[in-house]
Amino acid sequence: MGLTKKDFTLLIIVAILCVFAPFILNPFPEGSAMAQFNAGYPDLMQRLVIFGIFAIGFNILFGLTGYLSFGHAAFLGVGSYAAIWMMKLLTMNVIPAIVISVLVAGLFSLLVGWISLRRSGIYFSILTLAFAQMSYALAYSVLTPITGGETGLQPKYTDPRILDGALEPGQTPRANLFGLDMKQSFELTMGDWVFTFNAGYYVAAVIMLVAFYLSIRIFRSPFGMMLRAVKSNQQRLNYTGLNSKPYTLAAFVISGMYAGLAGGLLVAMDTQVGAERMFWTASGEVVLMTILGGAGTLIGPVLGAGFIKYFENIVSKINKSILEQWFAFMPDGIEDLLITLVYPFIGKGWHLTLGILFMLVVIFLPGGLVEGGQRVGRLFKRKKPADDKPDGKTTPAE
Amino acid sequence: MSNSKLTRRGLIKTGAVAGAAGLTLPTYLRADAHAGYLNAPQGDTVTLGFNVPQSGPYADEGADELRAYELAVEHLNGGGDGGMMNTFTSKALQGNGILGKKVEYVTGDTQTKSDAARASAKSMIEKDGAVMITGGSSSGVAVAVQALCQEAGVIFMAGLTHSNDTTGKDKRANGFRHFFNSYMSGAALAPVLKNAYGSDRKAYHLTADYNWGYTTEEAVKSSTEAMGWETVNAVKTPLTQTDFSSYIAPVLQSGADVLVLNHYGGNMVNSLTNAVQFGLRDKQVNGKNFEIIVPLYSRLMAKGAGANVKGIFGSTNWHWSLTDEGSKAFVQSFGTKYGFPPSQAAHTCYVQALLYADACERAGTFNPCGVVEALEGFEFDGMGNGKTLYRADDHQCFKDVLVVKGKENPTSEFDLLEIVEVTPVEQVTYAPDHPQFAGGSLGTCNPGA
Repeated sequence: MGLTKKDFTLLIIVAILCVFAPFILNPFPEGSAMAQFNAGYPDLMQRLVIFGIFAIGFNILFGLTGYLSFGHAAFLGVGSYAAIWMMKLLTMNVIPAIVISVLVAGLFSLLVGWISLRRSGIYFSILTLAFAQMSYALAYSVLTPITGGETGLQPKYTDPRILDGALEPGQTPRANLFGLDMKQSFELTMGDWVFTFNAGYYVAAVIMLVAFYLSIRIFRSPFGMMLRAVKSNQQRLNYTGLNSKPYTLAAFVISGMYAGLAGGLLVAMDTQVGAERMFWTASGEVVLMTILGGAGTLIGPVLGAGFIKYFENIVSKINKSILEQWFAFMPDGIEDLLITLVYPFIGKGWHLTLGILFMLVVIFLPGGLVEGGQRVGRLFKRKKPADDKPDGKTTPAE
Repeated sequence: MSNSKLTRRGLIKTGAVAGAAGLTLPTYLRADAHAGYLNAPQGDTVTLGFNVPQSGPYADEGADELRAYELAVEHLNGGGDGGMMNTFTSKALQGNGILGKKVEYVTGDTQTKSDAARASAKSMIEKDGAVMITGGSSSGVAVAVQALCQEAGVIFMAGLTHSNDTTGKDKRANGFRHFFNSYMSGAALAPVLKNAYGSDRKAYHLTADYNWGYTTEEAVKSSTEAMGWETVNAVKTPLTQTDFSSYIAPVLQSGADVLVLNHYGGNMVNSLTNAVQFGLRDKQVNGKNFEIIVPLYSRLMAKGAGANVKGIFGSTNWHWSLTDEGSKAFVQSFGTKYGFPPSQAAHTCYVQALLYADACERAGTFNPCGVVEALEGFEFDGMGNGKTLYRADDHQCFKDVLVVKGKENPTSEFDLLEIVEVTPVEQVTYAPDHPQFAGGSLGTCNPGA
C-alpha cells in the first residue's frame, strides 16, 4: 500500500481500534455505577470517528503548513447543507449525499482559500474567521429559505426525492446505504455487558480509515514535504524562486474537503443540519482537538477529537444526583464537602474541566496527547530494552 | 506493506479467528425488542430524559426547568406535598411513580444548539434508555429534538418553545407542546392594546432575525392590523446584536407611535433598555404617547431589563401570582423546596412531566403510541391555566393566555409583572390549517421497535 512498516502498523492499530470500538468504549457492565462512563453507544461512536475525520483534515492544513484556519466549521456546515439537500431532492441513500458534500465543500474552500491565502499568520486566521462567521450569519437568517435558519433542515416525507419514489404519508425517511438503515443496530449481550454494533458507525469508521490512509500518504509524499517547507520558512521558499501558493491552496482545499466529508457524514448518521454547526466556537473546537492531540502528528488529531467529544457527551451528563450516589458511602459532612468540590466541574461545568485539562496539556505536554503517549512509551521501553516493537499509538509523524 | 512483518495471510487468519469467537458467543436480543416499543422500562424503574440548556444564553431558564423537573419527579414518586397532582382533574397518578415504576431521570445540556441538543437527546435514548425526552428553551432546539424523537420512537414533551412552527409546519406525532405560541400572543394582545392605545396606531417592528422572530412578527402584525393598526415598517435585527441604538433612531423619523420588540432573552433586555434610554416613552407622536410592546414576556427578562419594563405590555404563558388552586399549589411546593417562586419555564416543564406520567397511567403503557392516543384530545384542569385541551390535530395545548404589564411598584425582585387580563381560550383558538401553521403533517406515531 506504499506505506513504511511503522505507518502500516499505525494504520492497522487504528483499524483494530475502530473495529473493536464497541467493546473498548463499553468497559463497564450495564447498571453498574461506572456505566456512566461508557461511551459505546452509536451516536457518540459515530461522532468520535466523524470528528476524527474533521481533525485529520484540519491537521493537513495546520499541522503541515502551519496556517491556522479559524473558519473550518464553515466547510463542515456547507458540506452538511449540501448533503441534506441531496437527501431532500435525490435519495436517502448516503452515497450521493457524501460525494456532493465533499465537492461543494471543496469548491467553497477553493473560493475562501484563494482569497484568504493572500495573507499569512494572524491575518489569514482572521480572514477565515470572518468568512466562517459570514457563512453562519447567512445560514442563520439571510438564507433561511435554503438553510431553514434557526430551525435547520430535516428530510420530510413531502420532499420530492426523485430516485426514491414517494413515501407513504406519515413515514419518516431514513438515511440508508442501499437499503441498510444507518440507525440499524445489533446488540450483543454478554453477562452484564451490552455491546452495540451500529451500521452507521461502521460506515463512518471505514470512511475514516480511508481518510486516515490518505492523510498518511499526503504526509509522506513530496507534496507533504513541500507543505512542511512552507511551515518551516515560507520566505526562504519564495526566495528560491518557488511559488508556494498552489501548495498552500491545495492543502487548504484538501482540508476543506475533509471537513465537508465530515459534514456529509454527520448528516448521513443524523439527518439534521443546524446553523450552529458553523459558529466560530465549532471552528475553535477543531483547533483545540488538533492541538490537544498533537498538531502535525498522524494520530494526534483523532485522539484529540475523541477526547473532546467524550467530555462533551459524558462529563456534561453527570448531575448532582449521580454525585450523591457516588459519595453516598461517606459520612454526611465529607459527602457534602466532596459534592460541593466536584460539582462545578461536572454537568454544565464540563467546559471548565476541559479548559483545565487543555491548559495542563499545553503547558506540560506541548506535543499534545501523542507526546504524553511517547513519554509513557519511553518509560516502558527503558524497563524492557529488548522489546523494540514500535508503539504505533504513540509514533510521531515527523 | 513492503517490509511489514504483518502479512496479509496472517491478518486474515487472525481476523477469522476473532470473527469466529464473536459468532460463538452467547447472543440474544434484549428484552425491549419484544415489548413492541423502544426502551421499554426494565425492572422497577422508568427513565426520563431532561434535556435543558445548562450553558449558553438561556442557562437561567434551563436551570429553572431542571428544578421543576426534579420537583415533578419527587411528586410522582410520592415525595413532597404532591404539588399540582392534588389539583389536577385527572386522578390517575397515585404517587407511586408511573405505572408502579419509580421515576428516575438523566439530564443533558442542550447548549441551545440543535446539534448539541440532538447529541444529548440521542445519548439519553441510546445509552440511558430514556422513554421520554423533555425540555429545551428555544424553538430551533424543540423542532430538532422533536424530529429526532419521532425518528427514534420516543415521546417528546416540548419545554419553552413559542414559535408557531413547533406545532405548525414542523409538528410531529410523537411531539407535544403545552406552552403557548406566537399566534396566541398576537391574538391575546390585540384587544388589550386596542383598549389601551386605541385602534388608530402606527406600529414599527424590530424583529430578531430567526424563525421565532418571523412567526411572532407575523402573528402580531396580522392581529393588530385586523383591528385597524398600520404597520409602518418591520426591521430585522441580528440575533447577536447587543446595541440597538442604530435601530432605534430611525423609529422616530418613521412617524410610528408604537414600537413592537419581537425579541427574546438578552435581545429584548438590550433593545428595550436602548429604546427607553432614547426617551421614546416620553415622546408624543401623532398627538399620542409613544408606546412599546414586547409580545413574549418572561420574569427572567423583566428582571434583566429592570425599571425599563414598567407599564410595558406583553403576553406570558403563566405567572406565579395567579390565584387558582393549581398555581397556588405549585408555587407553594416550588417555593418550599427552592425558596423563590417558579418562572413560566418551570411551570410548563412541570406540567409537561405530569401530563406525560398521567397519560402513561391512563394508557396503561409506556408505548409511545398509547401515550399519543391518551394525550390527543385530552381535556384537563387544575394545572394553573384553567380548562385546557391537548388538540389532536396538532398536539398543541389550548388554554387561556395572560396579558401582563411591567409593574409600576414592584415589591420584590420576583414581583415584576402584573396580570392585566386573562384572555379566554376561545379568543386564541385557531383552525389547525390556519395559514400561519400550514405546511406540516403530524404523520403517525412511531414506537421505535
